[in-house]
Amino acid sequence: MESVTPILEFKKTCVSYTKQTMAVKYVSAAIERNTITAIMGPSGCGKSTLLRAVNLMHNLYPNIRVDGEILLNGENILAMEPIDVRRRVGMVFQRPAPFPTMSIYDNVLSGFVLNGIKLSKVEKDATVERCLRSVALWDEVKDVLNKKGTFLSGGQQQRLCIARALAMKPDVLLMDEPTSALDPIATKHIEELLLELQKEVTILIVTHNMGQAKRISSKSMFMYLGELVEYGDTETVFSKPSDERTKAYLTGKMG
Amino acid sequence: MTKLKIKNRLAQDRLMLWSVCLFAALTAVPLLAILGEVLLRGYDQLSWSFFTEPTPTAYKAMKAIEAGAPIPGGIANGIIGTMIMLGMAVVVAVPSGILCGAYLAENPKNRFAQVVSYLTDLLQGTPSVIIGIITYIWVVVPMKGYSAIAGSVALCIMMLPLIIRSTEETLKILPASLKEAGLALGGNKARVMMKVQLPAAFGGIFTGVLLAISRVIGETAPLMFTALGCSFIRFAVDKPISAVPLLIWEFFNDPNLQELIWGASLFLLLFVLTLNLLSKYLAKKWNQ
Repeated sequence: MESVTPILEFKKTCVSYTKQTMAVKYVSAAIERNTITAIMGPSGCGKSTLLRAVNLMHNLYPNIRVDGEILLNGENILAMEPIDVRRRVGMVFQRPAPFPTMSIYDNVLSGFVLNGIKLSKVEKDATVERCLRSVALWDEVKDVLNKKGTFLSGGQQQRLCIARALAMKPDVLLMDEPTSALDPIATKHIEELLLELQKEVTILIVTHNMGQAKRISSKSMFMYLGELVEYGDTETVFSKPSDERTKAYLTGKMG
Repeated sequence: MTKLKIKNRLAQDRLMLWSVCLFAALTAVPLLAILGEVLLRGYDQLSWSFFTEPTPTAYKAMKAIEAGAPIPGGIANGIIGTMIMLGMAVVVAVPSGILCGAYLAENPKNRFAQVVSYLTDLLQGTPSVIIGIITYIWVVVPMKGYSAIAGSVALCIMMLPLIIRSTEETLKILPASLKEAGLALGGNKARVMMKVQLPAAFGGIFTGVLLAISRVIGETAPLMFTALGCSFIRFAVDKPISAVPLLIWEFFNDPNLQELIWGASLFLLLFVLTLNLLSKYLAKKWNQ
């Protein structure tokens, strides 16, 4: 039975910014372990809002309400402590945001510092190497680990941010359009990386780019005006969308 | 007709430009005049002993003037007093100001924060002489005497709003993604503030501290009620102590010492200018 528990499950999840309008409306979906799930849809349709509900980012803004349930390994996130949830659910943002005052080395370890976890020098070195290797950045930066994170190129910065999130060994990695600020080559690197990473971590990625969803995800969600219109295997969603709105979006008639 | 109109409009534009430039230049005149005056009068007083020796007695100064020699002694007692009081004020005002600024930046909509923010504005606008008399009642009276501690309390109160504001403003212009990234890694708010936001805001906060120091270093009125003054070099914090602006006031009141005004003024002016330039430079460097 244990193996069929989805790692992440939305149950009638709603998010509202004001009392009158809901940005995310009754989304229910189960995310499978070690997959990449893409969330597609036009701008302002609640993709990022849904994503940010998972690591309780909305808690920072008192006027935002999240209702329903979001289960992480069967446990309702909304009833958990944010710092606990966020340690188990990593997030990578649209713009690469390495901490500007920290070196590359310290950026990778920042999760431990922020959680008040002390590591020995050996553990630190091992963690930094493991994480930078898993984002294919080790060979490029191993000689400049003491330079500031902002010294890297945009694509490298984004990989550093992924490494930083992976260092905490999260169950789920949330990615909010992680390549939209990057050039095509850097985007390709990140996409290849994500395909590799899904062996370790379940990835939920918001993307504007249909091609990207098609290339990397095994499951796709299509959101429109806050509703989850369609959710299924990426291949099916793209080849035989069951909803007219998905079809219109995929063929470029909408979006 | 239209050609003439265009010509008129262009002429108006030029006139406006010239007058703006003229008034901009006029604002620089007082500063340059002050600098020039103080520099000319104070320049020959500056010597090594001016910075290492305490204020001469009126009698010694009178003798020197009679003999046509330069007035002996210097302002070392004032410099040391100023540094001691500033040091104590900074030690208290910087951490508490930063914490308060951090609180205000993080909770802009909180009712309590709004009240504190408003009070900070009021404090910034409070005349320094009032801060002096209040400190007199709060510190000098209970301690039964004027002291460096009392002086530093007054300076500390004056520095606080400046440090609070600069911390708050700097934190507010940091990208929100920085804080969110820190929180997304599981840090609690306090840790994200200490490890991510405050280090990122360091340049702006440091600039604010420098400006706060340069703002209070020349304060005279609050020190008259609190530090009182002292004619010899002293390191005790529970006794009356001198300060450079206090010395200028004392020199002004003593005909025998009046010549020393200019050296002391020049020192103070250069000190403040240096701090200002340094903070400008750091702000620029930090913004890159």
